[in-house]
Amino acid sequence: MSQKTTMTVDGNEAAASVAYRTNQVMAIYPITPSSPMGEFTDEWAVAKKTNIWGQIPLIQEMQSEGGAVGAVHGALQAGAMTTTFTASQGLLLMIPNMFKIAGEMNSFVMHVAARTVATHALSIFCDHSDVMACRGTGFTMLCSNSVQEAHDFALISQAVTLESRIPVLHFFDGFRTSHEVNKINILSDDELRHMIDDDLVEAHRLRGLSPDAPKLRGTAQNPDVFFQAREACNPYYDVVPGMVQAQMDKFAEMTGRSYKLYDYVGAPDAERVIILMGSGCTSAEDTINYLVEKGEKIGMIKVRLYRPFDIESFVAAIPDSCKSIAVLDRTKEPGAIGEPMYLDVITALREAGREVPTVIGGRYGLSSKQFTPAMVKGVFDHLSQDKPMNHFTVGIVDDVTRKSIDYDANFDIEDDNSVRALFFGLGADGTVGANKNSIKIIGENTDRHVQGYFVYDSKKSGARTISHLRFGPKPICASHLIDRASFVAVHQFSQINQFDVLELADEGATLLLNAPYEADAVWGHLNKEAQQQIIEKKLKMFVIDADRVAQDVGMGRRINTIMQACFFKLSNVLPIDEAMDLIKGAIKKTYMRKGEEIVKRNIAAVDESLSHLHEIDVPAEATSTESRPPIISAEAPDFLQRVTAVMMAGQGDLLPVSAFTPDGTWPTDSARWERRNIAVDIPIWEPELCIQCNKCSLVCPHTAIRAMVYEEDKLADAPGSFKSVDYKAPDFRGLKFTIQVAPEDCTGCNLCVGVCPAKDKSNPSRKAINMAPHIEHVDRERDNYEFFENIPPVDRTKIKRLDAKGSQFLLPLFGSSGACAGCGETAYIRILTQLFGDRMLIANATGCSSIYGGNLPTTPYLVNPEGRGPSWSNSLFEDNAEFGLGYRLAVDQHRDKAVALLQKLAEPIADGALIEELINDESHSDADYAAQRERVEQLRSKLKSIDSPEARLLDACADALVRKSVWIFGGDGWAYDIGYGGLDHVLASGRDVNVMVLDTEVYSNTGGQASKSTPVGAAAKFAIAGKEIAKKDLGLMAMSYGHVYVASVSLGAKDNQVVKAMLEAEAYPGPSLIIAYSHCIAHGYDLKYGLDQQTRAVDSGVWPLYRYDPRRVQQLETPLQLDSTKIKGSVHDYMANEARFRMIEKMNPQRFKKLAEASADHTARRVNLYQQLSQLQVHGAGNGNGKDA
Amino acid sequence: MIDTKTQYLGFDLPHPFVPGASPMADDLDMVRRLEDAGAPMITLRSLFEEQIVGEQMANFHATAEPAESFAEATSYLPEPEDFAFGPYEYLEHVRKVRDAVDIPVVGSLNGATPGGWLEHAKLIEDAGANALELNIYDVAADPSLDAATVEQRTISMVEQVKARLTIPVAVKLSPFYTSMANFAQQLDETKVDAMVIFNRFYQPDIDVEELEIARMLQLSDSSELRLRLRWLAILSPHVKAKLAVTGGVHTPIDAVKAVMCGASTVQLVSSLLHHGPGFLKAMREQFAQWLESHEYTSLEQMRGSMNMQRSGNPSALERANYMQILQSWQM
Repeated sequence: MSQKTTMTVDGNEAAASVAYRTNQVMAIYPITPSSPMGEFTDEWAVAKKTNIWGQIPLIQEMQSEGGAVGAVHGALQAGAMTTTFTASQGLLLMIPNMFKIAGEMNSFVMHVAARTVATHALSIFCDHSDVMACRGTGFTMLCSNSVQEAHDFALISQAVTLESRIPVLHFFDGFRTSHEVNKINILSDDELRHMIDDDLVEAHRLRGLSPDAPKLRGTAQNPDVFFQAREACNPYYDVVPGMVQAQMDKFAEMTGRSYKLYDYVGAPDAERVIILMGSGCTSAEDTINYLVEKGEKIGMIKVRLYRPFDIESFVAAIPDSCKSIAVLDRTKEPGAIGEPMYLDVITALREAGREVPTVIGGRYGLSSKQFTPAMVKGVFDHLSQDKPMNHFTVGIVDDVTRKSIDYDANFDIEDDNSVRALFFGLGADGTVGANKNSIKIIGENTDRHVQGYFVYDSKKSGARTISHLRFGPKPICASHLIDRASFVAVHQFSQINQFDVLELADEGATLLLNAPYEADAVWGHLNKEAQQQIIEKKLKMFVIDADRVAQDVGMGRRINTIMQACFFKLSNVLPIDEAMDLIKGAIKKTYMRKGEEIVKRNIAAVDESLSHLHEIDVPAEATSTESRPPIISAEAPDFLQRVTAVMMAGQGDLLPVSAFTPDGTWPTDSARWERRNIAVDIPIWEPELCIQCNKCSLVCPHTAIRAMVYEEDKLADAPGSFKSVDYKAPDFRGLKFTIQVAPEDCTGCNLCVGVCPAKDKSNPSRKAINMAPHIEHVDRERDNYEFFENIPPVDRTKIKRLDAKGSQFLLPLFGSSGACAGCGETAYIRILTQLFGDRMLIANATGCSSIYGGNLPTTPYLVNPEGRGPSWSNSLFEDNAEFGLGYRLAVDQHRDKAVALLQKLAEPIADGALIEELINDESHSDADYAAQRERVEQLRSKLKSIDSPEARLLDACADALVRKSVWIFGGDGWAYDIGYGGLDHVLASGRDVNVMVLDTEVYSNTGGQASKSTPVGAAAKFAIAGKEIAKKDLGLMAMSYGHVYVASVSLGAKDNQVVKAMLEAEAYPGPSLIIAYSHCIAHGYDLKYGLDQQTRAVDSGVWPLYRYDPRRVQQLETPLQLDSTKIKGSVHDYMANEARFRMIEKMNPQRFKKLAEASADHTARRVNLYQQLSQLQVHGAGNGNGKDA
Repeated sequence: MIDTKTQYLGFDLPHPFVPGASPMADDLDMVRRLEDAGAPMITLRSLFEEQIVGEQMANFHATAEPAESFAEATSYLPEPEDFAFGPYEYLEHVRKVRDAVDIPVVGSLNGATPGGWLEHAKLIEDAGANALELNIYDVAADPSLDAATVEQRTISMVEQVKARLTIPVAVKLSPFYTSMANFAQQLDETKVDAMVIFNRFYQPDIDVEELEIARMLQLSDSSELRLRLRWLAILSPHVKAKLAVTGGVHTPIDAVKAVMCGASTVQLVSSLLHHGPGFLKAMREQFAQWLESHEYTSLEQMRGSMNMQRSGNPSALERANYMQILQSWQM
């Protein structure tokens, strides 16, 4: 029956393909790394693909994983074949319902891309901490180890649950399997039908609730019956293992791919055996086979069925010869006797009466830590010891509790007959996309086996990517990164001089280098280390100026197809003519839908590539005297030198346990030490044209251009190229003024140039800020910026007008983040830190702002010269408002405690006026805060002479007397969807917290899924045909309370209103909500126009600007002030500039017209409503109406 | 009933009033209303190759560059199979308009490259257009190109399109040619089926506060007709191609003048945008009434009566006309 059709897909697609075809309903919510599974199903449904019963499944995006599993539960209870996809915290949110789903014996499979649960830190990568948290739910748990198995087990799970009525948690390793591209055999619809018993599907439907056959579930039971009723399911669990094996056998008969509940591999007479689960098994199996061939008596049990754990089958799988076992868990349970699978194995052996002299447990691979053949061998070597350490770790150096075992890191089993290629690229250059293409070309046009895995750094702009590609005659299972590369491609020349990209190049390997120089000049531009490695490793070196080729054919920086052609030429995987035809075919397939011009230019790029490829005659000796520059400045703090710099160099795996704090605390003020140099062009200031409005500084997403006023004498040691002019306005007349670019932080987004209003009257194309080549200006501007940074910032209490312009003279305490070039969110955050940074506590919902805010190695929050700055943390996605409220409760308690101590110590302090001022402080301005800090210092001075425990306590907590500014940051996915319930409650609490919603109208961080903020007519994932329902009016809902300060702001449209709203919100002694329009790459246009689009949104009425201030009622004024004037632009003109809207117009113009009209109608109604609200009469007390508006 | 029939692009039309290329035809309901108002033919808005290419590349860079850059998101927008930034939306519209009305549908094209003109012309024909108007919307701003080269580029393009297409082809011209009569003669030799005179370019204005070019398009008025009357009158005796006038026809008398100077059809855009589709019916009726009241038996009787060959005062259409007016003013 098997058609042996192969496809090259990743694990997510492999699992989703079966899930989609064998279900009717999918309720989903995006979470990394499982999001693509839901996205695939949505795309297939839009394309009207059917399941095996000829139906198009219904895909429903929910507001959270808790919501998704609720909808799943309901669909199951109504008898539909239903599935969902999730990971990590999402899975944890499903747990309450999983108990119900299992308790009610629903046939159901959920597919989980296993991911680390956040503890001391969040991690998007893989371990089994999430699935292990589900052990008690009553789900069958089946683990896939590879892309092929993710496909196969998706089907086996579905067959098993129908037969057993026990739901199945089918899981595979996040990223390592979910995102690995591999060539697999695809199951046909007929094969699916062969495994899915329609009678059981019908039985599932009939068990569903129906008024035609009334029944009741979900009862409340009492001590008299609950226990017995709970035990009634036992027989069903008892037979699950047998059913799983039977379905595996049926599957094997159909496909030839045979699986056991517990698969043993290795020597039949193995004495040392390891037991593990997941993708680690693949590298372990390769290693065992390698070592068994050399005579080692070792083996492994691959655990596939983890729950119900079948003791009989498990024990039977252990060879009789086994003398020692190491159970490897990919999770950590602090405080437990051992990790879960270790405990299961101990219990299983005990219950089976099987004697194995040594059984130990170990941990490996947390958060996708590499699990290499060297580590596998290390575990076997460890088992050989007389008294091997129990509860060990492998893959790290634990120099604190000494639990890690040693291994020979140089051991590897790479197959010399395979091509092992490493590609170093940038996200924007398309390297990963082209490599995925290459894998498919080779996988689908040759009999070779293929594997691709892609590693990204933590930045969203200028991200470095490393592609690991293997091609070979034998199936490729290895789940670890390439150890020795036979081919290394460096797609960005700067990388070879910044990082050790040749470290993994094998002797005699091929090096392909994109270099912006003539071929004969390339060698001279390499640093000494690179030259030496090329010579010592005898690398065959080829170069191409791919950027020039791309530029010549109109492809900008997209060099990927050019480099792809060179790879095929040099690797000889295919005859070059055939390869070129296949590349062009792939280009047509990939890009034809995006436009013929794109196809033409890509093909032109490929055609031009090989004639520009040159082999370099490598000199016998290194000629360069330049060394690779240090990763970080020698002046950086010690921790950054010892830890952060190692991580930045890509060597974080080498750091020992002692390098880290045990609670995840991390110093701020690190990103400013990172010099990324990712811009092609940077802004250069023209002082004589500048009108000193500071807008360039205001809008910069990366704090890479700053304004400063200072006294002239500060210029004494200025570099010759440092630019300075007289400050023009009266507030600081007599001072000097400078706009300075941070050339190594700039991302080249162009927003500053776009916003600059000052033009040369004789040549208006020249502004006061103009982009110029980075390479020509970086050295000079680096010196200038270094000097600029050391000029003391202006005394903030002297700034008379704290508006958009004035705010830019304040020291920013946020900068150099890894956010996207042109990001629409980060400027808001930076302005907040300029205004309140030295008093800020920030609670940050998971999402873009938590990633660019807290993703290591470097983070963007800074400290001022006094050592103060924002203190930041991320709890979860769903609980951020509550988390921030907790800050406020604590801060208030700390202040109350300090006040109580002050009162208690009033006598010895003996300064009633000071105490009264400290207690009654109502600071609102920088001068007020400075005065209060001064009072605190006076207090401390007096406390020194008081010898009492209370005095020491007060000394320690006196800073609590300075009002703290609690901020809650998050995106619209949090505020409108998953966190809305909590946000609503926190706003209703009346407590003094400030909420900043960075509204991109879409789930940006996980790749553009629709939220309830997504506007009508916009395409987003899960709203591919264009969202039909209007955006939720979060501001209006908050206003309805009456006591919440609410503002809707847009930096591009009205910058002064932004700053005013921030100041008002912070000063308001109750809850405040600011909703900030944030343009985003998910809107589909060049973000250099982001501020223009914001203006269009406001002009069209789509994004009204307003401030609702409950305090105004006290002055008998209407609380709502509209800050945007009447509609003066069309909604259509706004929509026409963004691909998210144009996509709908292109696909279905008539539908788009209706949606655009609906949007315009909704906009007009909303603006009208706001206008009416802003004109309400507020009546004073005594007229019978109270003071309510 | 007076005979107002005319021929244009191979079709027998009951009268000469044709809705010209404009956004009106973007909407199927409006197209039907125009047909109901008696439009004998409909010309669609131009497909601009340059705009399509620009949008494709802008979208490509805006969506492809952030993709495959970050572990949590390998893309940021959905990629539905039936979405493309190409001419497909336009071609689909051609099909829909063809299906919606019984009158001939004329596609309109502004190409940017030799290949683009040919390729898109063929696509519009394949989509079912009954004829094609080539919109020569080209400002000759390159100082390195001489007049002959500019003209030859257009002639060559029209020749190729004519050779490739089976449907009739019109060429919509601008008035800015060094030797319009000669150029029209060359075009005529390509056997192009019609010439439309003249294109109205977007009129750039200057925002003196912002120091920016402001793009403007104002609706035409009758004063713009005079330039067109002159060239209709000059060209109509010499070219075999049918002539259509566009720009400045706002009254029945305007139409009478255009026909008298040699136009086979008059294209209405500004007046329809201003007054709505019902205006076409009124124009048609008042035009017929004028002919009747002036005892014309047919449109053909009137067509070309005031052209340079037949008007009895051809010099009035040439430079002498200019001189005389100036002289009369001086007097």
